[in-house]
This record gives sequence, structure tokens and C-alpha cells, in this order.
Amino acid sequence: MSDIAISIRGLGKRYTIGAREQYDTLRDRIAAAASRPFRRMAPGGLGASTTIWALRDVTHDIRRGEIVGIIGGNGAGKSTLLKILSRITTPTEGEAEIQGRVGSLLEIGTGFHPDLTGRENIFLNGAILGMRKAEIARKFDEIVDFAEVGEFIDTPVKHYSSGMYVRLGFAVAAQMEPEILIVDEVLAVGDVHFQRKCLGRLDDVARGGRTVLFVSHNMAAVQRLCTSAMLLDRGRLVRIGDVRSTVAAYLSGEARGGFAAAVRTGEPQILSADLEGLDGRPLENPSCSDPIVCRIRFALPRRSPGTRVGIGVLGYDGTTVFTTSNADVGTPCPSGPGEFDACVTIPSDTLLAGDFHLALCLWNAGAILDLQEPALSFSVDAGRSPLYAERATRKGYVHVDCAWSVAPRVDASAAVLT
Amino acid sequence: MSAHASALPVTHIRPGARSMSFTLREIWQARELLYFLVWRDIKVRYKQTVLGIGWSVLQPFLTMVVFTIFFGRLAKVPSDGVPYPVFSLAALVPWTYFATAASSGAASLVGSQHLVAKVYFPRVLVPLAAVLMPVVDLAVSFGMLVALMAWYHVVPTPALVALPFYAVLGVLTAFAVTLWTSALTVRYRDMRYVLPFVIQIWLFVSPVAYPASMVPERWRPLYALNPMATVVEGFRSSLLGTPSPGAMALIALATVAAALAAGVAYFRSVEGSIVDLA
Repeated sequence: MSDIAISIRGLGKRYTIGAREQYDTLRDRIAAAASRPFRRMAPGGLGASTTIWALRDVTHDIRRGEIVGIIGGNGAGKSTLLKILSRITTPTEGEAEIQGRVGSLLEIGTGFHPDLTGRENIFLNGAILGMRKAEIARKFDEIVDFAEVGEFIDTPVKHYSSGMYVRLGFAVAAQMEPEILIVDEVLAVGDVHFQRKCLGRLDDVARGGRTVLFVSHNMAAVQRLCTSAMLLDRGRLVRIGDVRSTVAAYLSGEARGGFAAAVRTGEPQILSADLEGLDGRPLENPSCSDPIVCRIRFALPRRSPGTRVGIGVLGYDGTTVFTTSNADVGTPCPSGPGEFDACVTIPSDTLLAGDFHLALCLWNAGAILDLQEPALSFSVDAGRSPLYAERATRKGYVHVDCAWSVAPRVDASAAVLT
Repeated sequence: MSAHASALPVTHIRPGARSMSFTLREIWQARELLYFLVWRDIKVRYKQTVLGIGWSVLQPFLTMVVFTIFFGRLAKVPSDGVPYPVFSLAALVPWTYFATAASSGAASLVGSQHLVAKVYFPRVLVPLAAVLMPVVDLAVSFGMLVALMAWYHVVPTPALVALPFYAVLGVLTAFAVTLWTSALTVRYRDMRYVLPFVIQIWLFVSPVAYPASMVPERWRPLYALNPMATVVEGFRSSLLGTPSPGAMALIALATVAAALAAGVAYFRSVEGSIVDLA
């Protein structure tokens, strides 16, 4: 018997994009057949279909009990890999062999029906996730407890707040007990308290000796949970190894300088972020003694009072150094609608020399509207900073202005006696 | 954790649709999910309607009234010696089931996209649940049929024992049709426009408004290729004591078996690409 839980061999998935496969009606087929001779004359013309490899040539063995973080930017193929391993879609080439029951959690509350009550949805969702009815019944109280929905358990879920909805969904999923658990970016929803609870639950699962595949943009979560990591880039597996170095490799490969959203979603969204000096000019190579201004442009398409905008400063390895938001200093955020610029200044002599990443977040009442992590990266030079005046080796990420005094020892016990 | 790892189920993932193919064993293992899918549709079906389950009675009842006026009274269509209202309702009850199952079944896979894209389960459960759900309506409208029979003092004959056979044949016919239409709808949305039309034609090539005895004897074998003809005539014969479909049942059985086998094969060949196409 082998201790390999998942064996992946040359896995690849090709998608055909372009007009032909988009909307397949009989009429389209006839039209396509009729226009085929003409299309040949215009290679690369409008009708030409393009294929893209969402995933290519991925080979890896995952041992039993391993907690693997799958990281990479948008379109790296993370979700495609999970979908293939969850048997939702078939690969175009290669193969995989999985030993043990697979539970996949690609979305919270899959199959929830808005007209059914919380109680009914627990059973429905549980069955969809592959649980037995008796098993769900046995764990019912635990699920309701975990979800904190209390007396609303017999209310149709369409009347639930988004937080309650997500909590209930996760509470059911948390009861899955497969040998192999596949989790896709489920922590991007819900409030901070709830995210912490979910992470705790995943921690338990991990300690229970199960094999877990975990996709997340939350590098802190990946570092905390995973025992190893796979880094995907444009469909290729570019790095496998320990979490710390793989996360660092991923973060350092991300765009430096500014951040710009790829598409406008029409939802509350962070549009761009840039670093600049106090004079408003772009900041290329900040040093410790420079204040760093981060200008974040965001859009609120609807009126949403109480929205907050914040940044997280991450170390080179993804460790969160500190976070700050407009609410910290009582600066109100406009309710919208409209586009706004938020400026946050990291004071001089705060960050020590090294590589940093910025995470950007827009949220409202505990619900995350947009989270970009990491959005941009920058290096801080020691420069002529007084922090390095004595060339002492500074450890850590930040300088904190602490009070110090050094004086001859005062004998406390002697003082009391006299 | 000394559990025998060799006893763990092994999943092979390979290119091509074959690797996803459902097996009877897999469907059996997922029977609870099937139950919950049917249960959900029943629960949700009549939410926020005024008449609720009454709709499943109203539809065949009103059709029966219209048929009785136009075919029974005005066109004087023969009814094998049974009062025309009972004669037509005995056919409309299984027919309404079939029409409902076939149309909701065709839309079932496309309608379950959110589910199919997020979690794996034997895909065939979706069309299967869609044809099982209207069985509840069938049962309710059957109650109305029994009431109407009592009203007209029509007493069932010993042929009643064959009724379950015809009911199952009706469900299997709907399932065979749904295997094709649900998978075809994913690829060709044309099906949405084709199917209502086909069902309408199908109503008239089935002996719902008229008795099968009106069809000339030599055309009967050809006529029997439509399994719904046997289902409808079978309901009548076992409840009202009209002539039994006889040999038509054998032809229908063979047709349904062939359509089911072909439907399963077709469904298997496309189920792997359902997610990518829709």
C-alpha cells in the first residue's frame, strides 16, 4: 500500500474559446459549416476559434495527510485543477488517481434553495455534499450551533442576512468527513470573526490526518494551515515545496509598483493603487526615512454607508505586519455612489529595510466587498536612515518608537527595608 | 489510523466522458441525494401559489371538460362505452404526468447548472429527479379520477392489477425521453422551442381524446411504437374495463427498452462536457 493520496500525471485542460463554441444552436452549426470555406481564406479572422490551456502538464504526488496550499494569480489554473480533481469536469490530457473519498467545497451553500428553511437546507446541502441523512441528523445540533442562526432555523434562507447564509453553508460543510478535502477560496466571504472560526475548523481537519487541497489568496491562511504549497502560473506548475519559500516566490513574482483592476465589475471595487511620496510623485525606491503614501482609488456604484477601506502590510513571506483602515482614525468614508481616492500614509521610519507587499480591502459591516492580496509589492532601502545609523542588524519588519532608559540598578528590597 | 488504505475507494480521472460515467451502483449510493432533490422540488413547486397542489388537479380537470364538450359532445368521438368524461380523464391523468415530466426534465440539467458546476454527483440524478417529482401530481390527480369514477358509478374490473405496470411504463417512457432532451438542451437550446411543439403533436398521436380502437387494425403495430399509446390505453383498460392494449404492450415495452438503452448511452457520452458547454 502506498501513502500517496493523490497522484497527478501530466494533467491538462484545454478550453476552446471564440464564437464557435459559445452558443451552440443548430442554426449556428449550419452557419459555421457554410462559412467554413471563407474562413480558411482569412486565417485568424473573427470566426477562428482559439484554444487556451487552462492547465498543462501538471505532475505531482500528494501524500496522505498533507495539507497542500495551491497558490497563484488569477487565471493560473487553480480552480481548474480543483474542478478536475473534484470530477466536475474532465481533463483534456493526463490522468489522476485519488485514493479515498473526496469531499469538495468549491462554494459555500451549494444548492441552497432560497424558499426552503434553514433546517431544510441543511439536509439538502448535506446530501449534495455527499453526507448521509442519518449523519446529518446526528450532527444537526452541532451545525446549528456552529452557524449561530439560532431561532431562525425554521425561516426560509431568503430572509437570512448574507452573513447568516454563509455561516450556515460553512457549518454544514464543516461536518464533511472525507479522506480528502478540496477547498476553494471559501474564506473570502464572511466577517472576520467567522473567518477565524472557519480557519480554526480547517485547522482541526488538518490535524485529524486528512489530506487537504486548499486554494486561497489569503497568504496568511495558507501559511498557517498548509504543510506544502504548489505554485501555478498560467496553467503550469512552476514550484512545489515548503509553504514559506513558495509563498515568498509567489509574492515576489507579483506585479511591483502599482495595482490596476483588470476589469470593471460594476460592483464595489478597488480600481487602482499606487505608491507616492508626500509630494505626490510616484515613489520608485522608498527608503526607511521616506513617508510612503498609498493612494487607493475605489468605486462604489451604489449608496453604501459605512464602507471602509483598508490596507494590510505584509512581509516578504506573507506574514501580516499590520493593518490599518480609515475607521482607525475616525475618517468617514463617503457613502457613494461614485469613485473615490483614499490616501494612507505610512510614517517615515516605520518599515525596516526589506520586501513588502500590500493587501487592499474594501468592506462593509463585516462583508468583504473587494480584497486584493497581494495587490502590489515594494522594497524599502535602508538608505541613510537613522534606524541603521549604527549598522546594527535589525530583525523584524517595523520600527516601533519605544521609550528606553538605562540606569544603575536600584535594589528594590533594600528600598523597602529602609 | 490503521484503516486499511487498500480498502479506500480509488477514483481514476482520465480524459474523455467515459471516466465520469455513472453506474447503477453509484446511483444506488446516491439514492438519498435523489430523494432530497425530489423532495426539494416538491417543497418548492407550489410555494407562493394560491392554489398549491390544486394545480395538479385543475389542469387535467379543465382539459377533460374541454375535451368532453368538443370531442365528446360536439364531435361525438366514441369512448368504448364509458362516459366520455371518465374516458378522457383516465387518459389525461397519465398524459399530464408525461407532459409535465418531459418538459421539466428537458430543462432540468440547464436549470441545475449552479449545482453541476460546483459539486460532483452522478449527473443522471438530475433528469431522474425531474421525472420522479411529477409522480406526486400523478397520485393527486389519480385521486380525482377515482372520485369521478365513483360519480359515474364506474367499477374497476380485475384488470386493475395491471395498473402499476402501465404507471411504471409511463415513468420509464418519460425518463427515456428526458435522458435525450436534457442532454440535448445543454448543447442545443433549440430544444426549448422544439419540445413544447413535439409534446403537443404527441398528444394527438396518443389515444387521449379518442380510443385506440379508432385506429385501423393494420396500423395498430405502427401506432404501438408510441409507448404512450399503451400507457394511456392501459390506464383505461385496467380502470374502466375497456379493451386491453394486448400486443401493443409488448411493442411498447421493446420501444421503451431500446430508447432507454440509447438514452443512457447518449447521456453517458455527453455528461462529461455538460459543465464546459452550458
